[in-house]
Amino acid sequence: MPRFALEGGIRLRSWKVCVKIESMPDTFLLAGKSFESRLIIGTGKYRSYDEMKAAHAASGADMVTVAVNRVPLDGKTESFLDHLSPNMKILPNTAGCYDADHAIRTARLAREALETDWIKLEVIGDPVTLLPDNEQTLAAAKILVGEGFIVLPYFTDDLIMAKKLLDAGCPAVMPLAAPIGSGLGVQNPANLKIMREQLPDATIIVDAGVGVPSDAAIAMELGADAILMNTAIAEAGDAEKMATAMNLAVQAGRMAYLSGRMPKRLYASASSPIKGAIK
Amino acid sequence: MEIMLNGEPRKISGELTLAQLIDHFELPKQRVAVELNRNVVRRVEWETTKVANADRIEVIHFVGGG
Repeated sequence: MPRFALEGGIRLRSWKVCVKIESMPDTFLLAGKSFESRLIIGTGKYRSYDEMKAAHAASGADMVTVAVNRVPLDGKTESFLDHLSPNMKILPNTAGCYDADHAIRTARLAREALETDWIKLEVIGDPVTLLPDNEQTLAAAKILVGEGFIVLPYFTDDLIMAKKLLDAGCPAVMPLAAPIGSGLGVQNPANLKIMREQLPDATIIVDAGVGVPSDAAIAMELGADAILMNTAIAEAGDAEKMATAMNLAVQAGRMAYLSGRMPKRLYASASSPIKGAIK
Repeated sequence: MEIMLNGEPRKISGELTLAQLIDHFELPKQRVAVELNRNVVRRVEWETTKVANADRIEVIHFVGGG
């Protein structure tokens, strides 16, 4: 299923929503490749393959992340990748790596196995918070870029680190909204806003921490170019329905960002004319 | 000889190539990658790369993740 174009209208309870968004081409460009959706989703934690497939389709996403892992030695040869839509771009990650060397090895293996230069670079600093080790991430990014990888780095929402990662040759940066799998939503909206304003030409993908669609909308309203999420959909009571909600939220947030929000005011500003009201 | 295969000790007899090792342990061949002593071995080299005693071999595939 393509991005939730709403062309034929969808039913939300009893109302038919017919929002035409085809008039506004807004392709997401990343490292020279165009994507219809600004939602990138994970493949972990789903309760079944069927549930994952339904959620993926509902999300409208055209890129999914997968993790690199040891092949079990029990003789089973089923491939997890067989459960992914062939239309989706597969983005391998280096999850579970705690230093640059480990992440580099993982990236090289992923490239060999999938014949893709794309890698979601993730170097974790500690097992409780799963917060990124920015120093090791940058070190790994420099080496991998030098080896021709398209490096998409997960990192703390820090402007200076974003600049260093971009200078290292990463085509995008992926600041966290909150710790992985926490569902806390955007913890530092000011950081994301500053990053957007100071790096107007950079591709910023918010990665990790989204819990509900409003979190996704907030990140997009702040100017993120895309969002990567996994747990918020996979752990939802109804993953498919939540994927639909996230799909809509990402589009709503994007349209709001492009629209330009009204200024915040401390005091009221009347919507109806005061002059001419009967007395 | 004894090797470490995906972190587990495994005994093998005779001289094996990586390709034969993968067959021997009935490991998947599609969309996997092999690392021998921390260096990736390209698929085209599986047939010609010999396994030696105490080699550390990693064979990876893909699983769900975020």
